[in-house]
Amino acid sequence: MAMTIDVRVVSAEGSIYEGTADMVIAPGQMGELGILPRHAPLLTGLRPGELRIKHGAETEYLFVNGGILEIQPDVVTVLADSAERAADIDEAKAKAAKEAAEARIANQVDELDYAAAQAELLEQVARLRTLQRLREQGILR
Amino acid sequence: MAKAKEINAQIKSVKNTRKITKAMEMVAASKMRRAQERMAASRPYADKIREVLAHVAQAHPEYQHPFLAERPRKRVGFLLVSSDRGLCGALNVNVLRIVVQQMHDLQSQGVEVQVAAIGNKGVGFLRRHGAHLSAELTGIGDRPGLADMVGPIRVMTDAYRNGEIDALYLISSRFINTMLQRATLEQVLPVKKPEEKTVVTGERWDYIYEPEARPVLDHLLQRYVESVIYQAVVEHLACEQSARMVAMKNASDNAKRLVGELQLAYNKARQAAITQEIAEISAGAAAV
Repeated sequence: MAMTIDVRVVSAEGSIYEGTADMVIAPGQMGELGILPRHAPLLTGLRPGELRIKHGAETEYLFVNGGILEIQPDVVTVLADSAERAADIDEAKAKAAKEAAEARIANQVDELDYAAAQAELLEQVARLRTLQRLREQGILR
Repeated sequence: MAKAKEINAQIKSVKNTRKITKAMEMVAASKMRRAQERMAASRPYADKIREVLAHVAQAHPEYQHPFLAERPRKRVGFLLVSSDRGLCGALNVNVLRIVVQQMHDLQSQGVEVQVAAIGNKGVGFLRRHGAHLSAELTGIGDRPGLADMVGPIRVMTDAYRNGEIDALYLISSRFINTMLQRATLEQVLPVKKPEEKTVVTGERWDYIYEPEARPVLDHLLQRYVESVIYQAVVEHLACEQSARMVAMKNASDNAKRLVGELQLAYNKARQAAITQEIAEISAGAAAV
């Protein structure tokens, strides 16, 4: 029997994904993590980026905007700050938000605002990159 | 006829009031449905983060996070969740009663108390009673985001970190069902260790932390506290709308009953007036 690992992706707005997988690839704070069944327990933060859940021949693409990743030998829990299915990414919205963030950085007012704008920019860039990658691979049109 | 006229005016006024309560009942009913959906949607995250935390509590980290450590309680913080608006039955009163009782008990034991309040009703009440308010938030609306609540949460968690308070309690309403809400007191900090073991591994084990235990646990615990409080606020909104719907339904029913009673009194008064008039006329005719 092939080994699988349970995957649960939740954000504050609700449950995004729940199922089993052969492998999970997550954007960890220290770099991408490939998680196979019976992985050692691990706890780390997440960067904004894409989360890939491989199950057989199928791969589910999700976008997570930061959060926390917990790995137990038989279960992976992703506590995302926010998450969406890659196919649901609104490109126009992401681009507009990115430009707005860039504009805010360009004429920065105070430190707090600058940090917020930078985080926002990072998020939108990651979102757009996810989309672009999927297009190149011909997964999305 | 003067009396009948008076009663008639009263009937009109009660009917107008009933129109308002009926409208509020229906508004609350539709808002309640959405509030309950939101409450259900925020549950998976809260459940999962509790699970993760239960795992963490069973691991054997070399680093003991202050959020997990008990210490003697000399100063205690409360976070009170109440609604912005009234006319929702005993919902807020029940929550405030717990606060008053807790504050009274603790202060008689010589424990200092500070409170952060979410919602107009709680803020107003605590101000009137001269409590030490360390943070307040009002006007959260029907669809609060976590970002809206970060302010008071930060104030309380920072106070805990800096040792200004030794424990943090959350006072809010739990949603049992549409007819029943219960005001509860819950310990948020230090985080309580769960009783049952979810992972059955005899050996000592610990997580691999990337990059390090401290920032990761910091992040996780901050998120946990935020999630607990967010969940409480969302749940409170569902409670508020349910309580308002029930309260307004009772008010509408009472108004209806009152109109019935007044109508009867009006009919009697009218009949009495007519009878008296006839009596006067016949008495007059007899006199001629």
